[in-house]
Amino acid sequence: MSLTATDIERIAHLARIRVTPDEVVQVQAKLDGIFKLIDEMQAVNTQGVQPMSHGLDMVLRLRDDVATAANERDKFQKNAPQSAEGYFLVPKVIE
Amino acid sequence: MTWEVVIGLETHVQLTTASKIFSGASTAFGAAPNTQATMVDLALPGSLPVMNKGAAERAVKFGLAIGAKVNQRSIFARKNYFYPDLPKGYQISQFETPIVEGGSLTITLDDGTEKIVELTRAHLEEDAGKSVHEQFDHETGVDLNRAGTPLLEIVTEPVMRSSKEAVAYAKALHGLVRYLDICDGNMQEGSFRCDANVSVRPVGQKEFGTRREIKNLNSFKFMQQAIDFEVRWQIEQIEDGKKIVQATVLFNPETGETKAMRSKEDAMDYRYFPDPDLPPLVITDEMFARIKASMPELPEAKCARFMSQYGLPKYDARLLTQDGATSAYFETATQAGADAKLAANWTIGEVNATLNRDEKTIEQSPVAASQLADLIKRISDGTISNKIAKTVFETLWSGDGASVDAVIEAKGLKQISDVGAIEKIVDEVLAKSPAQIADYKSGKEKALMSIVGMVMKASAGKANPAQVNEIVKRKIS
Repeated sequence: MSLTATDIERIAHLARIRVTPDEVVQVQAKLDGIFKLIDEMQAVNTQGVQPMSHGLDMVLRLRDDVATAANERDKFQKNAPQSAEGYFLVPKVIE
Repeated sequence: MTWEVVIGLETHVQLTTASKIFSGASTAFGAAPNTQATMVDLALPGSLPVMNKGAAERAVKFGLAIGAKVNQRSIFARKNYFYPDLPKGYQISQFETPIVEGGSLTITLDDGTEKIVELTRAHLEEDAGKSVHEQFDHETGVDLNRAGTPLLEIVTEPVMRSSKEAVAYAKALHGLVRYLDICDGNMQEGSFRCDANVSVRPVGQKEFGTRREIKNLNSFKFMQQAIDFEVRWQIEQIEDGKKIVQATVLFNPETGETKAMRSKEDAMDYRYFPDPDLPPLVITDEMFARIKASMPELPEAKCARFMSQYGLPKYDARLLTQDGATSAYFETATQAGADAKLAANWTIGEVNATLNRDEKTIEQSPVAASQLADLIKRISDGTISNKIAKTVFETLWSGDGASVDAVIEAKGLKQISDVGAIEKIVDEVLAKSPAQIADYKSGKEKALMSIVGMVMKASAGKANPAQVNEIVKRKIS
């Protein structure tokens, strides 16, 4: 499988990453390389092997349902470009 | 052409945990903006999610209640999209292996018929934050208190065939999640939100029509209105020769219409993949067994018990067991000595109708179950008639009486069972009704009813109708 320039532009748009026309060519080559690796992996016989959804062979740790967090809004909002009346502010989003 | 409506529902049920699904922030409703949002909810770099056991337990409880397959190993995935109230740029959800698969819910329609609604799946996910567009002139405000609140998204197969069936399902599901105590069911606060996938097809056609999804229905009334409008609209479009385009639509309660939101072609591509921050969620055998043992008696089983223990017809038993509060009300009244059939009639009938009229839940009923029991006991022992009991009920409901007996006493509603007293009223009525007596003697049975009616009226409804009937008959035959 190989990707077209249109595929690259679409993927970049979905990820909200700006890619210039020059970069499209480079990215295309790099991603194609990754797809070749995937093709190689596809060829491995995995019959009888349970699929893994995670790189580590471990299970999720569960915590008890207790609200433990303190209100740290002021601290967090010092890190925000803009905030008012307790809200984080972002450029107007019109639905 | 005759059209068939096809509906599938997706319901977001907010789980009743004290803390969020992946952080220790509180889930309490109504706090000041961003006071219940931790660095995990804000997606600060380096912060990692830690799964809430209580959310997993509630999902398993639901799976057991609907007879579904509970996957003791399920997987969290990232659903990628960009919106300011989703700071991570993805929602943690479940995709390929949800915690609950299959199962079904039995619904009862208005005419008493039952239908089984098959479910596709139920998966755990986190809620997004809230965007505020009106409060600021040039910016949108973001409140992340809701971000990370645990949700169970419950998806049905496209098996409903009318807005009535969809509403009956939504009500049954609402009753069940409250019954299981996994969701508070508060629709105003958004704890129970439905999306309806609606399409139409000519009767007999096998393939489904193109569907449109009505988002965020937060009341049963709106659900019915929105689906009815959408169905009419789709049929009109097709009959006008136009095609239905798959879309997400919103219902406007003010106009009663559905309207397509801006079409977002790219937005449909969520690029799900397993979340590397979260290894598989495993429900151990020990945990599974413990949850199973803690399950309350389920509506289905309770319905069967009500039929055998109280000798109720299935229709009554079904209506009484749709939610825990209603069945508890009925059982409290019965255990306090009320006749079971009368208690069932009153709970389903007068109590339910008056609650609906005043937009109250049964927990808020001004007439307690024990008071209803007292009322029914006075019907059973002949102190008052069923009709007078309704007057007493209304009086208690409006708070104008301390107890059933006090109301009966104060208003002089006690049924007259004294034969002498009734005979006196009957004699007075008969003296004024020679025509009716003649009619009765000439074979008109209806004339008897008319005389009994007059006696009842003369006694202000307090005479025992059975006794009146008997005395009148004896006197004029």
